[in-house]
Amino acid sequence: MLEIKNLHANINGREILKGLNLTVRPGEIHAIMGPNGAGKSTLSSVLTGNPAFEVTHGEVTFESKNLLELAPEERANEGIFLSFQYPVEIPGVSMVNFMRTAINEQRKYRGLPPVSATDFLRMMREKKELVEMDNKLTNRSVNEGFSGGEKKKNEIFQMAMLEPKLSILDETDSGLDIDALRIVANGVNKLKSPANASIVITHYQRLLDYIVPDFVHVLYDGRIVKSGTKELALELEEKGYDWIKQEVEGK
Amino acid sequence: MERQYIDLYKSYSEIIKNNAAQAMNAGRDASFALFDKIGFPTTNLENYKYTDLKEVLAIDFGLNIQRLPIPVNPYEVFQCDVPGIHSFLYFVVNDAFYPVSDKRNDALPEGVIIGSVSDVAKSHPELVEKYFGKLSSTKQDGLVAFNGAFAQDGFFMYVPKNVQLDRPVQLINIMRSDVDFMANSHNLIVLEAGAKAQLLVCDHTVDNVRFLTNRVTEVFVGENAIYEHYKLENTHTKTTNLSTLLIDQQASSQVLSNVITLHNGLTRNTIEIDINGEHCETTLAGMVIGDKNQQVDNFTSILHNKPNCSSRELFKYVLDDFSKGAFTGKLYVARDAQKTAAFQTNKNILLQRSAKMRTKPQLEIYADDVKCSHGATIGQLDESALFYMRQRGIPEKEAKLLLMFAFTADVIDFIRIDALKDRMKLLVEKRLRGELSKCEGCVICQ
Ligand SMILES: Nc1ncnc2c1ncn2[C@@H]1O[C@H](COP(=O)(O)OP(=O)(O)OP(=O)(O)O)[C@@H](O)[C@H]1O
Ligand SMILES: [Mg+2]
Repeated sequence: MLEIKNLHANINGREILKGLNLTVRPGEIHAIMGPNGAGKSTLSSVLTGNPAFEVTHGEVTFESKNLLELAPEERANEGIFLSFQYPVEIPGVSMVNFMRTAINEQRKYRGLPPVSATDFLRMMREKKELVEMDNKLTNRSVNEGFSGGEKKKNEIFQMAMLEPKLSILDETDSGLDIDALRIVANGVNKLKSPANASIVITHYQRLLDYIVPDFVHVLYDGRIVKSGTKELALELEEKGYDWIKQEVEGK
Repeated sequence: MERQYIDLYKSYSEIIKNNAAQAMNAGRDASFALFDKIGFPTTNLENYKYTDLKEVLAIDFGLNIQRLPIPVNPYEVFQCDVPGIHSFLYFVVNDAFYPVSDKRNDALPEGVIIGSVSDVAKSHPELVEKYFGKLSSTKQDGLVAFNGAFAQDGFFMYVPKNVQLDRPVQLINIMRSDVDFMANSHNLIVLEAGAKAQLLVCDHTVDNVRFLTNRVTEVFVGENAIYEHYKLENTHTKTTNLSTLLIDQQASSQVLSNVITLHNGLTRNTIEIDINGEHCETTLAGMVIGDKNQQVDNFTSILHNKPNCSSRELFKYVLDDFSKGAFTGKLYVARDAQKTAAFQTNKNILLQRSAKMRTKPQLEIYADDVKCSHGATIGQLDESALFYMRQRGIPEKEAKLLLMFAFTADVIDFIRIDALKDRMKLLVEKRLRGELSKCEGCVICQ
């Protein structure tokens, strides 16, 4: 589904990703861990086409399309969704209007007519229930004045609405209380299918108790330096990253 | 530039006077003398730094000092494009009040007088004489002086004590001419104590010639009265729209002015509020959506002469292409105007480097127990918000539109006529989309 080969990317002339490789197949869940500043969020930005980043080398294919040629909105409408590490507040744009526009743009992209008012309201209601999101939040402007946890829930709510093929969750667990973590993880699990896949970026093995990954990767200094199964996450939790750094630098 | 008008006045002042209301002639020679002395404003003047009239004033505009009738029936060419507004509807064609023929206007409450200044000067001379020119004659302003010399008529509205108009009054200014044309009109609005009125002024142009309008509006807002003044400009690029709104506020009165420029050529809105009683509330809001070579200068001045009053200002501009915007927020708080609360905000988005915005807060505060603040920003659309929306599949163009629309939303919220508010949302959205910027109701425009 997603194939990343030797990806190099810069921001403001500084190289952050330094030859990253990753393959994701349908139905898989990949966890990416790694120290602060390693480039995890940069990877999500580059995959979703954030114009602040410049790809200098490498290729990314998504469902046999050259992803790097597509505009951010095209990538989104092809089915890539990013749950932002820091969701953006958009004062004056209501959640309802935002969501309806997004849904209809996706439908337009796929040659479908706009969603009817009743279907849209039903979808909103169902998905809100899925992530147990308060009604009052969807009556406000996008993320405006939402608490940290509410913003993360809102990301999963949007994901549920848009039903992506590939979802990238960038530290969706940070800032969530224990109940919210369970709710969000359940939401993610319910949306899982053999046809779609997830990349879950996290610092904590705890999330992986709920969302069980098929693979765990360590991203360090712009590269994936180690891959394994869910046991690797436990090992990292216990020993930290120093041994990985030593391994990498020792080479 | 002034020469031709000075000569015109000297040769034809009798014709001007004979075709104008008596009450309007009282100060005419004095206005002319002032204009003769100071001329049209130039960019050398601090208050006109950002409105350059040189080019426009070089044009040879026609004037209609003989008051020849204009062959147009506005009721036929203009259907109100604010559905459900149920307004009392009046027209001024160029500078002449058009005879009222709308049945709906029969429902005006007793004692309310709406008509042309010259008609009312005949039927109720004492009313017009008491107020006319009382604010404008104190101004040392070339445009106001010119208006005083040449304006022969205008719109008049009087709302007696404790009468509250439950429907808005709508004044449509239509410019109609086969040659480049200038219109001067002088409006007078009087609200007695406890009265309430909402006035919506719409500026439209009908013919593809160059227009210059120079309108002065004096408003007297009595104690406890509530006055709302909405000005919507939707004219063409060959229009120069100069307007001066002078408001006198008595104790415990409330004033709201919201001036929205969607489409224009060169516009200067001067809004001066004189607060002359305690416990007044004043709100000045405005919005500009500009592209191509549009120019809009909103010059506001609020004089807090008495204690315990509050004022707030919110002006927002979205400027594209080579458009130019200017905002001045002059705030004066007199020595004994204690407990004044005054807040001023001007926010601007420049969509292109070629667009220009000038913003100038001008605070003079002589009282010590006051709460005053001002803030101005000039920026671009929020890149991170844009990316966030695009990540949800919303194309860049649409995402920008949503952000711009959101940006202007709080100015639209300062509209207290629901039908107008809904209509304005639609017009602003259409304007931002670059679709039809003229009103749909205007048959001639289409
Ligand atoms: N806009 C920017 N300008 C300059 N440097 C940046 C910018 N954004 C990110 N970086 C740098 O890129 C590097 C990688 O950042 P990134 O956000 O990808 O790390 P991360 O792995 O997600 O870290 P964390 O675990 O803290 O979220 C960091 O050194 C960061 O300072
Ligand atoms: Mg990060």
